[in-house]
Amino acid sequence: MARIIAGVGTSHTPAIGAAVDNGKASEPYWVPLFKGYEPAKKWMAETKPDVVIMVYNDHVNAFDFKIIPTFGLGCADEFKIADEGWGARPVPVVKGYPELASHMIQSLVLDEFDMTIVNEMQVDHGLTTPMTLLFGQPKAWPCRVIPLAVNVIQYPAPTGHRCYMLGEAIRKAVESWDEDLKVVIFGTGGMSHQIQGPRAGLVNTEFDTAFLDGLSKDTERLVRISPMEYLRDAGAEAIELVMWLIMRGALGDSVKEAYRFYHVPASSTAVGTIILESRP
Amino acid sequence: MRNSDSRGKIWAALRARLRIDGKDDGMTQKIEDYEDIPGTWVFDAQRARIGYRLNEFLYSLMKAENRKEFLADERSYTMKFGMTDEQREAVLNRHWNKLLELGGVSYALAKLAFTDGKSYQFMASQMTGMAEKDYVAMMLAGGRSPDGWRSKSERKGKD
Repeated sequence: MARIIAGVGTSHTPAIGAAVDNGKASEPYWVPLFKGYEPAKKWMAETKPDVVIMVYNDHVNAFDFKIIPTFGLGCADEFKIADEGWGARPVPVVKGYPELASHMIQSLVLDEFDMTIVNEMQVDHGLTTPMTLLFGQPKAWPCRVIPLAVNVIQYPAPTGHRCYMLGEAIRKAVESWDEDLKVVIFGTGGMSHQIQGPRAGLVNTEFDTAFLDGLSKDTERLVRISPMEYLRDAGAEAIELVMWLIMRGALGDSVKEAYRFYHVPASSTAVGTIILESRP
Repeated sequence: MRNSDSRGKIWAALRARLRIDGKDDGMTQKIEDYEDIPGTWVFDAQRARIGYRLNEFLYSLMKAENRKEFLADERSYTMKFGMTDEQREAVLNRHWNKLLELGGVSYALAKLAFTDGKSYQFMASQMTGMAEKDYVAMMLAGGRSPDGWRSKSERKGKD
């Protein structure tokens, strides 16, 4: 049986990937951030998942505005790296797992989640920055990746509660796949940030800390955070945090927090990461 | 949280919480609420509708040949997308906040900044009216506090 053994929450700020690609990771600005991710990277190297389910959002790269899927599951063999306007990141192509992804589609749709099936898609920094942060710079990624692209660009994004329920359904889908696989699910984006308008640069450490705490202690509160609360208290782009609730929903009732790290800033963003191990 | 028995309860609580005027029985967030956030143009369905052609223009800048064509003759290139004159003028003047107001989404606007050889951080600082170095310093000092920025009434008299 395939099992979701843990979840990783992490920001996906593009400047982080660019710092690594351009050899700036040892500059004073970036040192504290990469140091903070070291234990997470070590955890990942020891855990060696077979499959990663990457919950992220596309930033007007794979999808323009002709079609905007709320939940798009990547079912392809591989996903090429998008040129976001400054050339594609020099990272390995992402290998998918079409058999498992197709099984997930069947299970999720029958479980009343109207997924969009994505058979061709380029992936952007939303997916590749977390890969770099947790897996470093290998020649090929050490596991297969099933991307789940969530619309958090055009309001309204799916609610936190809907996202949590989707996570629960993902767990069910994975556990009904008859192959021994270790699966780690990522929820990416956030934490507090706003990158538009005169209010850009907003950071709310108190909100972020409470969110990190809530992931293991009070999910009932987290799923009730409304879009307006994210907007008012944590910035227009903090709505990305609903993707962390998909990850959390996929871990079952009880989790053990294995690691967390929080740092301000990366460019305009408050960066957070957390590792939650699922307890059977 | 248990899947089946908690679904109904939480859903009801969430609906109640999102209800704004006591009459609205659904999950719909009204545009007025979004408009209450100061210094922000929320990219909701109505703004997306207004900005559709503008954003398709910005999306076209993902291709190197289009960036080249645009930079060679900005006026002619922008004519091809069916934008309003106001949107075109805002593009030509790099009037970032106006572009947000007219339905541009920040990630698409970034492609215009990249075409100019500028960074996202540069564009964000322009939106705030700060010099880039001051913006960077603010972020290094922990970012902008939400205090005074939660609503238009809280913001009143502060700008």
